[in-house]
Amino acid sequence: MFIATIWGLMNDEQKAEWLPKAMEMKAIGTYAQTELGHGTFLRGLETTATYDPETEEFILNTPTLTAYKWWPGGLGHTVNHCIVVAQLYTQGKCHGIQPFIVQIRDLETHMPLPGVHVGEIGPKMGFQTANNGFLGFKNFRIPRKNMLMRNSEVKKDGTFVRSRSDKLTYGTMVIVRVNIVNDAAMQLSAAAIIAVRYSAVRHQSQPKPNEPEPQILDYVTQQRKLFINIATGHALRIVGRWLWKTMLGVLQNISEGNLEQLPELHALSCCLKAVCTQDCTAGIEQCRLACGGHGYMKSSNLPLLYGLTTAAMTYEGENTVLLLQTARFLLKTWTQILEGDTKLNPTVLYLLNFAKPTDYRWENTNQGIIKGFQAVAAGKIKTAYDTAMKHVGAGKSQEEAWNLASIQLVEASEAHCRVIICEVFSNEIQRASNTLSPNLSRVLQQLVELYLVHWALEKKGDILLYSTISRDDIAALRIRYEELLALIRPNAVGLADGFDFRDEVLNSTLGAYDGRVYERLMEEALKSPLNAEPVNSSFHKYIKPFWEKAKL
Amino acid sequence: MSKTAVNKDLASERAKCEFNVEELTNYLDGGRENTARRRRIEDKVLSVEELKDVVPEEYLSHKEKYENAIRKAILFYKVQKNLEDPKQPENERIRINYRNMINSAIFKDNSPLALHFVMFIPAIIGQASDEQRDYWLKRAKNVEIIGTYAQTELGHGTFIRGLETTATYDPATEEFVLHSPTLTAYKWWPGGLAHTANYCVVMAQLYTKGKSCGIQPFMVQIRDEETHMPLPGIKLGEIGAKLGFNTVNNGFLGFDNHRIPRDRMLMKNAQVSKDGTFTAGANSKLTYGTMVYVRVLIVNNMANFLAKAVTIAVRYSAVRRQSKLKPEDPEPQILDYVTQQHKLFIGIATSHAYSRTALWLWDHYAKVTSELNAGKLDNLPELHSLACCLKVLSATDAAVLVERSRLACGGHGYMLSSNLPQTYGLVTPASTYEGENTVLLLQVARSLVKAWQQMLKGKPLTPSMSYLADQNRIDRWDGSVNGIIRAFQKVARGKIAWSVTCFEKYQKEGLSYEDAWNKASVQLTAAAESHGRAIVVQVFKAETDRTTSSLSLPLRKALDQLVELFTLYWALERLGDLLLYTPLSEGDIRDMQTRYEELLEKIRPNAVGLVDAFDFRDEILNSALGAYDGRVYERLMEEALKSPLNAEPVNSSFHKYLKPFMRGKL
Repeated sequence: MFIATIWGLMNDEQKAEWLPKAMEMKAIGTYAQTELGHGTFLRGLETTATYDPETEEFILNTPTLTAYKWWPGGLGHTVNHCIVVAQLYTQGKCHGIQPFIVQIRDLETHMPLPGVHVGEIGPKMGFQTANNGFLGFKNFRIPRKNMLMRNSEVKKDGTFVRSRSDKLTYGTMVIVRVNIVNDAAMQLSAAAIIAVRYSAVRHQSQPKPNEPEPQILDYVTQQRKLFINIATGHALRIVGRWLWKTMLGVLQNISEGNLEQLPELHALSCCLKAVCTQDCTAGIEQCRLACGGHGYMKSSNLPLLYGLTTAAMTYEGENTVLLLQTARFLLKTWTQILEGDTKLNPTVLYLLNFAKPTDYRWENTNQGIIKGFQAVAAGKIKTAYDTAMKHVGAGKSQEEAWNLASIQLVEASEAHCRVIICEVFSNEIQRASNTLSPNLSRVLQQLVELYLVHWALEKKGDILLYSTISRDDIAALRIRYEELLALIRPNAVGLADGFDFRDEVLNSTLGAYDGRVYERLMEEALKSPLNAEPVNSSFHKYIKPFWEKAKL
Repeated sequence: MSKTAVNKDLASERAKCEFNVEELTNYLDGGRENTARRRRIEDKVLSVEELKDVVPEEYLSHKEKYENAIRKAILFYKVQKNLEDPKQPENERIRINYRNMINSAIFKDNSPLALHFVMFIPAIIGQASDEQRDYWLKRAKNVEIIGTYAQTELGHGTFIRGLETTATYDPATEEFVLHSPTLTAYKWWPGGLAHTANYCVVMAQLYTKGKSCGIQPFMVQIRDEETHMPLPGIKLGEIGAKLGFNTVNNGFLGFDNHRIPRDRMLMKNAQVSKDGTFTAGANSKLTYGTMVYVRVLIVNNMANFLAKAVTIAVRYSAVRRQSKLKPEDPEPQILDYVTQQHKLFIGIATSHAYSRTALWLWDHYAKVTSELNAGKLDNLPELHSLACCLKVLSATDAAVLVERSRLACGGHGYMLSSNLPQTYGLVTPASTYEGENTVLLLQVARSLVKAWQQMLKGKPLTPSMSYLADQNRIDRWDGSVNGIIRAFQKVARGKIAWSVTCFEKYQKEGLSYEDAWNKASVQLTAAAESHGRAIVVQVFKAETDRTTSSLSLPLRKALDQLVELFTLYWALERLGDLLLYTPLSEGDIRDMQTRYEELLEKIRPNAVGLVDAFDFRDEILNSALGAYDGRVYERLMEEALKSPLNAEPVNSSFHKYLKPFMRGKL
């Protein structure tokens, strides 16, 4: 974040000064935006930077407890510099939030500088070694040139000049969100590997009296829990890569002065970040629970994977807030359609097919399911739009109406995102098929179909509502789903192995390549310091005296 | 609690609550005396300074955490013992304590003595012969010995017949020889087993006269009563770090030809005589009793933990302000966002639903138990199926909704000082312990398929499954709570019918019974889940109606809103099923959605009152975000400052690693 911000928000002169320092780790830095009382809503930040033309300095202040910066990784004790986002005041006026580079510790002694209050925020669900910190300022002065001036400037006399659209900073945010999608996909894949390998090693129950206990991977309920997560791991990795490519294209256009696709890219990155982190978090938990009690052991590494992934649901834009941002774009698009405008962005072009209220004629094929999801997304966008309008018609303000329709708006946004994922996954695998061996290609196609049928069954209520799907179609989908599980079963471990995570990366007693599950569980248990002595001191200190007293 | 110190948003929330909070608390506790009694216990326990942690547990080492937990466990036992009426029957004691969460004020991650009370003593009561019980129960109740219950093995869980530990009778010495033949035979998981217990009820495969006689319980001394050293032939240890329960001292246990006297087999049911003759128990179903008992407790626990989580999240959402609904207004409380209400109010309603259901199930259990004592077994299978089903649903829903509450607190919910991550850690294992959820759903499915086939033969059904016989179609959608309950029953009936169809079709196609069952199992678990949904909604509604007639009107209204919210929430979650099995139309769905949103609005002014009524003391909530006074940010900072890393401005690692590294680059 520190280096990326220097790249993105400093002018050339500043970059020349700071970039080498940061790259050579002379300045170790972090990025401080979120405050104790303020997160998603940037305009609500309270930290102030007030320009003093006499000394040509900014004075940083933390006016309240809620204004303390809170969360940045490394801030506690590690960094000596920090990008601080603060409300800029100059010539008696507030000019909104601006970024500043601030040295917070002495470069020799590492002591916090006077006027800087810095510390660690305490233990969390995960990220325990990230040294997340808090930061407050008391009349702390920094030179004028420490404001990052690529987009806006404060002149020596305190004149504020806005030079470029701050929309350009979207780029960094999108890059971060693409990375989140990719990380989440990797973490889900890791969880799926662990659970699949464990399920091949674990034997349980005896459905048939005279046969040995089967591998739990043979239970269809277990296959249902696991195979979708293999498929999702692939789907989201591919969608992440697609989003990256899309972004590069848009950034290229921006550099040529064309900003048209920016809202679409923003809407895409918002909903994909939200839905991917949500699906991966749920998927990892499903994999963990599929390992029974042993998944609860830290040595399985599944709890840790969960801790890392679930955090992404609230950082870098809280998921519900992000889905509502996408919804805003979708409603705008819908309004466009109602006004007869057919010049739509590529990812929402499909909505045109559903502009007139007709039930989509269902087909039980991959393409049919994708079209079905499009019909659902369009139906949900329309319903949310109608609900908002109904409230406006009943005399509510735009904002109130938006809030009252927000449950439906979130759903519309998710439905749109599902269309994108299904379409991209299906298209990209289709395209890759030509270059792959037939056997591999077939297996990947099975994963695509599994993903589509899984979500069709999950969302059958929506599909029933917005298409002509029949009871028999649904029954056929269920049967097809069971067939797919059976087809994937022999390749399950191969698919897990195919992710090619080394044991050191998986770091799991249940998931190692050699499958020495029980040996490893015991080996890890024996590392517990409590196992270093047969009797713990607490026996003599507490239990024995308690018995002796009771005897008296 | 000083009124002036309360956050002003929370104070104004409390002022606008439409019902009497104390009245709701009394209702939840089952009467004013129960509330008073619960509070007396809390006051007494919390007045003991030594029960409080000097250093927050997060900053202790793995070993220190255990040592501190043992220290508190002994003290807590002594304090609590003095508060109990020894003459009170066990059943009654449990029922009036069902909202007593004082335990969680003392043990944030559970007690190492918990299994002694929850499993060891019930195992003695349930499995020991009268003579054995006289001896062991007295010792256990006075904690002269500390015990636990060891069934699960490293390689074997749900499938009890697969256990590997053997107990082979040697008539020459009149002893059993206990043995762990493989690594996978090690007992694994029992709380307190590692360093705390000196006795253990061990489940093992009994062999006598060269014949296998199934799984039987044995009372085994594992440590010396004086020195606490593990006895020869016994290998004991701790299983290591887990997602939660880190102070429970979960252990492993292996035997190397360890001998115990014949009278250590618990012989209430099966027996082995001196010469090694095996006599089977009168009815093996009797052992169901303990399992059902534990599952009833789980349903109740899930309701309580969920209530804690949602209390924290609702109070925080009243204090936290964010974004702008309208440009000119200040940032609103996040509780005013409908999406936030959608995340939280269902948590309140669900806690009520399972609380009511647990009480209903408890009374059902008590009735069946008394029938059992009179030799009547008829109602046991239904009770077993109900307990399985409700355990699964409550554990699943509570885990989802606790996480939803945590995520609704944004990043701050990720802080351990919110206590939400730990609450999740305590709730989620209920999905895998005491019967893994999928396995239990399949057991329920088995009873449903059996009932379905009986119904087709015209035989009578048990009360909880009687709706299966109702073949009347629903002609017109009825959006009332009772109408939706009936619709849920239709869905369950439809799904059971469908899964039976699949199961039978697969058999006709040539699959064996077992393979057909496996192939249909996704449908079967879905059917069992639907059956459970129908029961919870129906019981919640019926029990609320039955128990609220004497309440004041505003409170009754508030409770009815929760019942309706719960019903509509699940109807909207299950639209696909309802569209398939009932005459629900698009317009009906719109009406339900509108009504659901109206309910959120109606509940909004009472939200803080509803969670206040759960009446969790700050020490029990143990949350920077959820305290009664709403000093959220102050508490977050106070907790952060307790971090040992904050005791010094520069950590030694700077001089050791960072500085040499940065210099090296110069």
